[in-house]
Amino acid sequence: MKQLMSGNEAIARGAYEAGVKVAAAYPGTPSTEILENIVDYKEHIYCEWSPNEKVAAEVAIGASIAGVRSICAMKHVGVNVAADPIFTYAYLGVNAGFVMITADDPSMHSSQNEQDNRYYAKFAKMAMVEPSDSQESKDFMAEALRISELFDTPVLFRVTTRICHSKGIVELGERTEVETKKYEKNINKFVATPAHAKIAHGTVEKRLKALEKYANRSPLNKVEYNENTKIGIVTASVAYQYAKEVFGDNASYLKLGFTYPLPMELIKDFVSKFETVYVVEELEPFMEEQMKAAGIKCIGKELIPNLYELNPDVVAKALLNKESEIKTLDAKVVARPPVLCPGCPHRGFFYTMSRKKDTVVTGDIGCYTLGGMAPLSALDTCICMGAGFSAGMGMAKAFEVSGSDKKVFGVVGDSTFFHSGITGAIDIVYNKGKMVPVVLDNRITGMTGHQENPGTGKTLMGQDAVQIDPVDVLKAIGYKTVKVVDPCDLKAMNETVEEASNSKEAYAIVTKRPCVLIKGLSPFKTKCRVVKEKCKKCKMCLKVGCPAVFFKDGTSYIDQSMCVGCEVCMQVCKFDAIEKVGE
Amino acid sequence: MSDTKNILLVGVGGQGIILVSKILTAGLMKAGYDVKMSEVHGMAQRGGSVTTQVRYGKKVYSPIIGMGQADILVSFEKMEAVRWIEYLKPEGVVVVNNYEIPSMPIASGKEKYPQGLIEALQSAFKTVVLDAGKAAEEIGNIKTQNIVLLGALVKALELDEIDWEEIIRETINPRLVDINIKAYNKGKEL
Repeated sequence: MKQLMSGNEAIARGAYEAGVKVAAAYPGTPSTEILENIVDYKEHIYCEWSPNEKVAAEVAIGASIAGVRSICAMKHVGVNVAADPIFTYAYLGVNAGFVMITADDPSMHSSQNEQDNRYYAKFAKMAMVEPSDSQESKDFMAEALRISELFDTPVLFRVTTRICHSKGIVELGERTEVETKKYEKNINKFVATPAHAKIAHGTVEKRLKALEKYANRSPLNKVEYNENTKIGIVTASVAYQYAKEVFGDNASYLKLGFTYPLPMELIKDFVSKFETVYVVEELEPFMEEQMKAAGIKCIGKELIPNLYELNPDVVAKALLNKESEIKTLDAKVVARPPVLCPGCPHRGFFYTMSRKKDTVVTGDIGCYTLGGMAPLSALDTCICMGAGFSAGMGMAKAFEVSGSDKKVFGVVGDSTFFHSGITGAIDIVYNKGKMVPVVLDNRITGMTGHQENPGTGKTLMGQDAVQIDPVDVLKAIGYKTVKVVDPCDLKAMNETVEEASNSKEAYAIVTKRPCVLIKGLSPFKTKCRVVKEKCKKCKMCLKVGCPAVFFKDGTSYIDQSMCVGCEVCMQVCKFDAIEKVGE
Repeated sequence: MSDTKNILLVGVGGQGIILVSKILTAGLMKAGYDVKMSEVHGMAQRGGSVTTQVRYGKKVYSPIIGMGQADILVSFEKMEAVRWIEYLKPEGVVVVNNYEIPSMPIASGKEKYPQGLIEALQSAFKTVVLDAGKAAEEIGNIKTQNIVLLGALVKALELDEIDWEEIIRETINPRLVDINIKAYNKGKEL
């Protein structure tokens, strides 16, 4: 049967067909839909949203040791979080097949950097495969798991946004049940002590040699010769599609699907046949550097940029100096930056903070990063998940030792609190940080499209679960005061912030109000409306940064199709010119 | 670039672009084309710029196109048409919904919604202007304006050999099928 599938759907299907029994992940664009599709196979595959990527990797590692095929999935920066277990598991080797999926984001469509995670394969000395479309995303999974078991190695399955979020036609197969491998206690293999690791490192070096031999004859690496061509192209991943689009039959291709260790013999044989050899790869010169180190003459990043994602045009311009004809218009457009939704509970908190002087707000990754956008502009830092607390701690200590009286508020969302906020919260209370940790609890993992987390009381597989309340956690770790407040009640929000600023004891804030997009919430029955006669055109209501509130023809308006009646703008208006309608 | 056709759909989060590209790709696949589709939803659940690219032909390699490559640009919002116009081939067609959604710098009063956009488009490109919002309201559901635009797109691309009504029936929630088929036909008439 043929079906149009995204790369992420195809990866999930591939795991199902290849007999995977355990899958774990933490949501992150562009990887999220992998587990969201795995759950369709929950009769066959146990799957979970883990609290963070490190936990996800460890769950999958444990399952592999116990004898069932397992996968974990995460975005590129998630692999940084999961790097610790994966580097050691690369030394230990597997029992049943283990695959870690890294979804990289060239061009940073939805990320804070565009790191090239292929280097992780080389760094951790594990095998790597890279599909170039949806069909391969499905098919390569079975081979990746086979490689893992055959060579006793974790396998990095590397995809990018354009693989994950592009759809193509996929021929489906059936599930092959894979017998559970016997678990036998093996201290020498699975207990990573220095003595065992010393031996393991030697084994790993031999394994790399064996993997390179395999690479030279792997079905994932293919040569496509076209007659009378003088150009040879070594390429992998979606860059292969771009090269084909640009050169068609006018070049020959070595299309690599198994990209670490590189099949150096195969590459040498291929390039020997051509006058010109191009290496077409996205981001860093991962293959090119290794080829040049092996003495192969080739052209890569001298011409092809290592910034941002490629597309056929970029490749054509770089290698053929060919540009498409473009007609431009002499018309102005205004930027359309992403914004907090109408009714977003974060708005009340960030509006409150935007009015404070001598206050620093350290944030991190989630919808609440948008609190830093104009007109709110109420964020000082965003580094990585959890840094909202711990980088805030560092700033607070720096202000303390340098005699500054700036106040620090650190913010994380509920999902981020469970991901890596708790450790920072412990640091603040234990090491006496003069700052206020704030959990913006909107009852869901928002930015990635509403996944369950330990605060929601449901698992990925739809079971009821214990609902962990950040308030209880903060109290348990030693915060004397944990103030719960509705962030859209601006008076209460402001009083809480003031009280926290002046508190001599450990003080934490948990704002509680659900994300307005959560399915199944009771419908919003009220809306806000501007009373034209009362509007003094002071534009205060525009300062809350709500997409539903705008200024037109000399007065403020509220778009009735967008407003959900959160009343934040109403509370800001000093002239009672905004009224509530409906009940 | 052989016989491959490139469609670029642009608009604002929440306008139903992803659904249109889903129906479009399902129909093209059924008609026997090789199809690739790529989407970028930006960071925000709502309010950000959204684009999807659909490519179809005998054999499609790249899921995305570069500038100057789209045969047709369908814009669900006026300003977005101009933002993405450089992706259109000089001889390409732009189908633009005469509908304004102010972005945050405009809503907050920092900037004004630019004037004369439709005229600028018309002066340089083959332009089809339609009021999908009004058409959808006449049918009785403003949310069907995306399907009105699908109708206009099918007409512009002359993809009449495909039974789009059947595809809509297979893709859309049964309760909303009738009104969406009305919207589709309305889009073909405009």
